[in-house]
Amino acid sequence: MNLPRPSRGGALRAALVALLLALVLRPDWFAPVLAPLAPAGGPVIYERVSLLSLSLSHLGLVVLAAGAATLVAVALAVLVTRPSGAPFRPLSRTITNLGQTFPPVAVLALAVPALGFGAGPTLVALFLYGLLPIFENAVTGLTTLPPATIEAARGIGLNRWQRLLRVELPLALPVMLTGIRLSVVIALGTATIGSTVAARTLGEVIIAGLLTNNTAYVVQGGLIVGLFAVLIHDGLVQLEQRLARRMGRVGR
Amino acid sequence: MTPRGAATALSPPGVLFAVLGLALTTAPVLTLAANRIVTGQGARAWELPGATTGLSGLFAVIAGLLLGLPAAWPRVRLAGAGLGLAGLLWLLTRGASALLEGAGEYARVSPAAGFWCLLVILLMLLADALAQMSPGPRLRAVLLAAGLAALGAVLASGALADLSIAQEYFSRADAFADAALRHLGLAFGSLAAAACIGFPLGIYCARRMRMRDAVLPVLSFLQTIPSLAMFGLMIPVLGWVGDSLPGARALGIAGIGFAPAFLALVLYSLLPVVGNTVAGLAAVPAAALEAARGMGMTPRQRLFRVELPLGLPVLLAGLRIVLVQNIGLAVIAGLIGGGGFGTFVFQGLNQTATDLILLGALPTVLLALVAAIVMDILVDLARPSGRGTPPPPKTPKAEAPA
Repeated sequence: MNLPRPSRGGALRAALVALLLALVLRPDWFAPVLAPLAPAGGPVIYERVSLLSLSLSHLGLVVLAAGAATLVAVALAVLVTRPSGAPFRPLSRTITNLGQTFPPVAVLALAVPALGFGAGPTLVALFLYGLLPIFENAVTGLTTLPPATIEAARGIGLNRWQRLLRVELPLALPVMLTGIRLSVVIALGTATIGSTVAARTLGEVIIAGLLTNNTAYVVQGGLIVGLFAVLIHDGLVQLEQRLARRMGRVGR
Repeated sequence: MTPRGAATALSPPGVLFAVLGLALTTAPVLTLAANRIVTGQGARAWELPGATTGLSGLFAVIAGLLLGLPAAWPRVRLAGAGLGLAGLLWLLTRGASALLEGAGEYARVSPAAGFWCLLVILLMLLADALAQMSPGPRLRAVLLAAGLAALGAVLASGALADLSIAQEYFSRADAFADAALRHLGLAFGSLAAAACIGFPLGIYCARRMRMRDAVLPVLSFLQTIPSLAMFGLMIPVLGWVGDSLPGARALGIAGIGFAPAFLALVLYSLLPVVGNTVAGLAAVPAAALEAARGMGMTPRQRLFRVELPLGLPVLLAGLRIVLVQNIGLAVIAGLIGGGGFGTFVFQGLNQTATDLILLGALPTVLLALVAAIVMDILVDLARPSGRGTPPPPKTPKAEAPA
C-alpha cells in the first residue's frame, strides 16, 4: 500500500542516483555541507574504511540473505499450498503471524550467542526475518489464483509440475515480489544494526557518529542507507508493476 | 464426538514435531560455565547429576511430544504441549541446582541449544493445537491470562533463581525495573502520541484526495529510513531545540536520551495509523453512509456514529502494527541512551555476556507477543458481526522499519 512513488519522476530518480554515487565515491565533496554538524575541529567525513567497501558488503549481506530467504520461503509456500501440505497451513499462518511480532533487533541479538560476532548472526537474522513476508505473500499469491485459469491449465493437459512452473508461479510472481521487496527494505535497515555485532555494514558510520557525538557521520551514513533503501524499493516497485501488467493482473 | 477411526490418524505437523523433538533430546539442555563470560560445557538430559531428575524431565517431554500426534484430538495435543513444557521447566530448574552443586562460586548455568530448540518445538505444537481449536476472542483472552499467570508464578516462585540469567537480573533488579518502565513508556507513549496526531490527520486525508496524495508518500518515505539513522538524526534536531528554545531543557527535551527515541518512534508510527484510518473509513459501505445521510445526521454525527465504529477493526489493526513495531524498535533507544530493554542488549553485546543479552531480548519478545495477541483479540471484538468466528481478513500492512 501507499508507498513512495517517485516512479513518475525520472529526473528525481536520476538525481537521487547521482547523489548516492557521489556520497559513496566522492564523500569529500560533501565536507563543506556536513562541516557544521561535526564537532569543532573533529573529522567531518568518515575515512576509517572506504564507504564503497562498506556499501558493497552491506548490499552483499542483504542480497545473500534475501536470496536465500526467497528460495526457502517460496519452496515452503509451494509445499503448504499442495494438497499434501495442507495440514501445515494453519501452523504456518500462526508462525508467520507470531514471527512478525518478533523484533528484528531481538532476532539479531539472539543470533549472537549461537553464532558469535561478525557477519554470521547478521546474515541469519536477515534471513529469518526475511522469510516471513516472502512466505506470506507467496502463499497469498498461490492461493488467490483465478480457478478458471487453473482449470484451463488442467484442461489442456498440463501435469502438476507444468501447472506449477508455467501457470501458478508466474501468475503469483507479482505478489511474491511485493513480499521480497518488503523483506529487502527491512533487511537494508536491519543490516545497519548488524554493525553493533561487528558485521561490516554502513551502520558502522552511523554508530561511529553516535559514539563520538559526530552528527556529520550519522547524517552521512543514514543518508547513504536511506538512499539505497528508497532507490531499491522504487526499482522493485517498478519491476512489480511491469510484471503485473504483463500477467494481466491489475496493477496495485 | 470424533469417530473412533479418526483418532488413529496422525497429525502431519505432530509427526514432524515428534521426529524433530526426539532427535533434539540428544542435544545438551544445559551449559555449565566457570564464570559469566567463558563458554561452558554442555550437559545432556541424562548426564545431569542425579539420573532420575534428568530422565523424568526427559520422559515428560517425550510423552508430551507423543500426545501431540493424534490429529483428531486437539485438546490432547494441547495437553501434550503443556506436559512437554512442564517437563522442560523441570529439567531447567532441577538440572540447574544439581549442576551448580559444588561447581564453584562463580559458576553459571544457562539453557543450552537443546533446551531452546525443544522450547520452540513445544510452543509450535501448542500453537498448532490452538489453531486447530480456533478459539474465539474471549477464550483466547482467558488462555493468554492463564499462560501469563503460570509464567508469573514460575518466576515468582524463585525456581529459576539458579540460572545465570537470574543472576544477571538480581545484580541489576532496580535497573531492570527502570528499563521496563522506560520501554513501556516509549512504546505506549509514542502509540498515544501517534494516535492523537494520526487519527485526525487520517480522517482529514480520507476526505481530501489531494491531502492524502501529499501526506502518505511522505510518511512512507519516513519508513524507509533505517531506524538506527532515524534515532541518530533525532539527536541533533532535539539537541538544537533543547539549546535554542527556552524552557525546553526543563521539559527533558535534549539531544540524547528519551526525547529523540520517542520522536523517532512517533514518526515511524504515523504511516500505519494514518494509512489504516484512511483505509478503514474507505471501507465503510456507501449504503450505510447514504442511510445515515438520509436520517438527517450531520457530517460530525456520521463520522462518530457510523464511520468510526464501522472502521474500528481496521483502525485498531493500525494501532496493533504500531504497538508491536514500537516495542521492537524501542530496543534501539538503548544505543542512544534512551533506556529500555535495549540497554541490556547492547551492554551484553559489548561484554559478550549472553545472559545479559537475553535479559534484554526475552522481555522485549514477550512484550511484543503479548501486545500482538491482546490487540488481535481487541480487533476481533471490534468486528460487529460474529464474535471472531472466521479467520480475520487481511488488513493493509505497513512496511516495518528495521
